[in-house]
Amino acid sequence: MLGVVKNIETRQKEGGASPARPQRFGSDWMAWLGLLPFLIFAVMFLFLPSASIVVRSFQDRSGNFTFDNIIALFTVKDIINAYRTSLTISFITAVGGGIFGFLLAYSVIMGGLPRILRSFLLTFSGVASNFAGVPLAFAFVATIGNAGLVTRLIEDLLNVDIHAKGFTIYNIYGLSVVYMYFQFPLMVLIMAPALDGLRREWREACENLGGTEIHYWRYVALPILMPTLLGTMILLFGNAFGAYATAYAFSGSFINLVTILIGAQIQGDVLYNPGLGNALALGMIIIMSLTMVGYVSLQRRASRWLK
Amino acid sequence: MKRVNLFAWIIFILGIIYFFLPLFSTFEFSLRMKKGVYSFEAYRVAFQDPKFYYNFGYSVLWAVLTILFSLILVVPTAYWVHWRLPKARPIVEFITLMPFVTPAVVLTFGLIRLYGSPPLVLTSTPIPLIAGYIVLSLPYMFRSVDAGLRAIDIRTLTEAALSLGAGWGTIITQVIFPNIRVAILSGVFLTFAIVMGEFVFASLLSWPAFATYLEEIGSMRAYTPQALSLMSFFITWSMMMLIQWLGRGAGRAEEIAVGH
Repeated sequence: MLGVVKNIETRQKEGGASPARPQRFGSDWMAWLGLLPFLIFAVMFLFLPSASIVVRSFQDRSGNFTFDNIIALFTVKDIINAYRTSLTISFITAVGGGIFGFLLAYSVIMGGLPRILRSFLLTFSGVASNFAGVPLAFAFVATIGNAGLVTRLIEDLLNVDIHAKGFTIYNIYGLSVVYMYFQFPLMVLIMAPALDGLRREWREACENLGGTEIHYWRYVALPILMPTLLGTMILLFGNAFGAYATAYAFSGSFINLVTILIGAQIQGDVLYNPGLGNALALGMIIIMSLTMVGYVSLQRRASRWLK
Repeated sequence: MKRVNLFAWIIFILGIIYFFLPLFSTFEFSLRMKKGVYSFEAYRVAFQDPKFYYNFGYSVLWAVLTILFSLILVVPTAYWVHWRLPKARPIVEFITLMPFVTPAVVLTFGLIRLYGSPPLVLTSTPIPLIAGYIVLSLPYMFRSVDAGLRAIDIRTLTEAALSLGAGWGTIITQVIFPNIRVAILSGVFLTFAIVMGEFVFASLLSWPAFATYLEEIGSMRAYTPQALSLMSFFITWSMMMLIQWLGRGAGRAEEIAVGH
């Protein structure tokens, strides 16, 4: 889903007309009044729910101040495991999806492939980065699940039962393969315009100075692309970290992710302590905020060279 | 630029396989309901279930409500930021990015805890659900409307309308809306695709929806979930196609606007 934002951003940069200059008639105070409906909505359905999570993380059952919930984040085994699983999956799919997505964007932008393949890939990336949740889970069950097409093909052709060899989509590595389906298209969507932004002059300057292909990538292209690369990988990390539906559709709470644990906590107090659910959610907000800060600051750095 | 073509081809083909294999497998799987032969039996069964229509209908209803309220909220706000309050832009942009910081599960958790008990009980109404969907679609809706507003000359349009005696309601609905129709429609289609596939809010707030129905039959039956998954994919796909098709027109319109 995030990919489309990027699309729109690039499109809006192209739109040339300047926004209207502020005009002074009526007071400033009146002008802010026009924003009131939006602000009230944001406070009611974004800030208050988030703030209540923060406040309740520091409250015990009877509403007194406590650090117990926060301490529990680092001591309760189920919680530590959930965070470890979520972070591992997010890391694997961010790095894996990032590298593969980058190579794919590279091959279609700079690899000399026919131009039609490029628009085809970008369109498809737009769809695939939005195709997640429950249907994605079922699609992969049909592909590499116990009776999936690929599973049967490998069994018929190579006489190997991959599930007997220990492969399953119901563990973190299997889930990573599934997440990759929406991760690398997002990388393609963001990297393609960045690769397009590499100027021909830079390569020519490098070649004129006697640089080889390797020099160009090592000293020119990669340093310029690095903030975008890292920033997008961080975005992918957050994208995987917040995902819930796909893992849930794989036989309920089989894989113990933080999101799954929060969901279970909503449906029935599985941790036997309402405060813990709040602390769990607070931990997520903090990690997601950090990824957002990382993404935005790297994005700012990237815009120095790539306009 | 003719270099390492082979490597590029290999990567590209791998990517295409990753894209299409799950889709093809899902299709193949959905045809295998009758033993030994391929048939569309799973589709027949899926579309015979009255619960499918019930849940699908609800998802459409949520999508329409979300789009309606999201437009009422976002269009005047974005317009106002462009016309009178450019300095509020960072605040509004920050708010529209908030959904990335609070994932759906966390937001639902907060909403249930906050509005599930007095003084204000909303969880018996669909308000938290629709609000959640609006929040989820906020980044896309705001950005497309914002991009649309950037491409037109709001100042001239507004001043012309004002000097002809139009009120704010008329300006928004009769002047601004028609001028950014394409941008609004991209936001609308994207929101539709998001809400139709959304699972978290509907599941945790216990409302009927297509995705929760899909999950439910997924744990009971084989084959029909795959048939419906494919359908869900085509909903997303057709929405994206519509956006692309509209965007092509918008690009041309912008060029024309810049040209004169």
